[in-house]
Amino acid sequence: MRQPKRDDRHRAGGAALNGPQDLGGQMGFGPVAPEVDEPLFHADWERRVLAITLACAALGHWTIDESRHARESLPPADYLYFSYYRIWFEALTHLLARHGEVSTQELASGHALAPPVRAQRCLSAAEVPGVLSRGGPSARDPLGPALFARGQRVRARNLHAEGHTRLPRYARGRIGHIEAVHGAHVFPDANAHGGGEAPQWLYTVIFDGQALWGPDTDPTLSVRIDAWESYLEPA
Amino acid sequence: MHDHIETSETEEMTARVRALETILVEKCLVDPASLDAIIETYSEHVGPQNGAAVVARAWSDPAFADWLARDATAAIHSLGFTGRQGEHMQALFNTPDSHNLVVCTLCSCYPWATLGLPPVWYKSPPYRARAVRDPRGVLAEFGVDLPAETRIHVWDSTAELRYLVIPMRPAGTEGWSEGKLATCVSRNAMIGTGLAARP
Repeated sequence: MRQPKRDDRHRAGGAALNGPQDLGGQMGFGPVAPEVDEPLFHADWERRVLAITLACAALGHWTIDESRHARESLPPADYLYFSYYRIWFEALTHLLARHGEVSTQELASGHALAPPVRAQRCLSAAEVPGVLSRGGPSARDPLGPALFARGQRVRARNLHAEGHTRLPRYARGRIGHIEAVHGAHVFPDANAHGGGEAPQWLYTVIFDGQALWGPDTDPTLSVRIDAWESYLEPA
Repeated sequence: MHDHIETSETEEMTARVRALETILVEKCLVDPASLDAIIETYSEHVGPQNGAAVVARAWSDPAFADWLARDATAAIHSLGFTGRQGEHMQALFNTPDSHNLVVCTLCSCYPWATLGLPPVWYKSPPYRARAVRDPRGVLAEFGVDLPAETRIHVWDSTAELRYLVIPMRPAGTEGWSEGKLATCVSRNAMIGTGLAARP
């Protein structure tokens, strides 16, 4: 759904890192409204979007990191307004177009107009239980020794490069300490953009609530993030 | 007015999703039987009952609780709860003086293998924005009021580690079977927006 007043904010395939998905600490969204006895899906199309998204992931065109980036690359106003399965759907159509499987002409006509690219990778029903129960572990062999150790003081770097990242804005520039060293994991900032897995050491970093949100913050609060090594510097 | 907007979104999305599915099936990129199998998996087999079984085992078996604390991935996988969005697990044990709360501020990361698909509120801006800054305010909206001195540990799921909160076992459940204990354990209690139910 293209809207002229918002369209200029949309850049297919390369949205900024400081996108609408980075919600931690934002204000003005009102109270959380948990729904009593919430159904698993609110409409049949949501069920289909879940299943189509997982089935298309099995084609192997994109990684989980590229799919997250496709969702956060929606125009910010759309991202905040759409329901979550709609975000998935819009991102999925972008991914399928980017990888040559479904064109906008086909979506408009409702029928296939060109041959598929990877029909040989189509997920069969017999393969579903195995694929879902295996998942996709992100742990990898480390490429070198860990730079940081448990208990060490670190600062989250003040990074604002464009592209996908998993370092939330509220942590950038803040000092915490390493609580756990998790081994090496696929680095999303590279993997989302065709840069390969480029595994890095992953750490749990704990921040005092007041270090993040100021001296008036509840003194009992601490917040942890999982941070790849290149997000951090000694402090 | 609001209902009207929701109805028109439903109609529009129903048509667009049907069109996409038609195209993908015509191209042999997805098999409708696989879509049904995926939906059945998350509707019937993978849900918070899995996490509740983990918690009930941890309450009943100190050796399992110890394993869960040291290597949650292996301990949880040993019960058969493996797979997508449960590949790397960490268990967070609530105690009388500390409470754990899980969020994903950047998207909707959630331990599917133990809790199934996340509820709408978990994926929505109000929760994702406030859980890291004002967790007590968020907890109040879930009817959870903790003592002022309780330490609040918020875990922002920014990588592929998935977190399962192990709530405190309610008093009055001594001698209960694991099956009966599991009935005390709600999905929200394993996210941290609830507590285990008292009998």
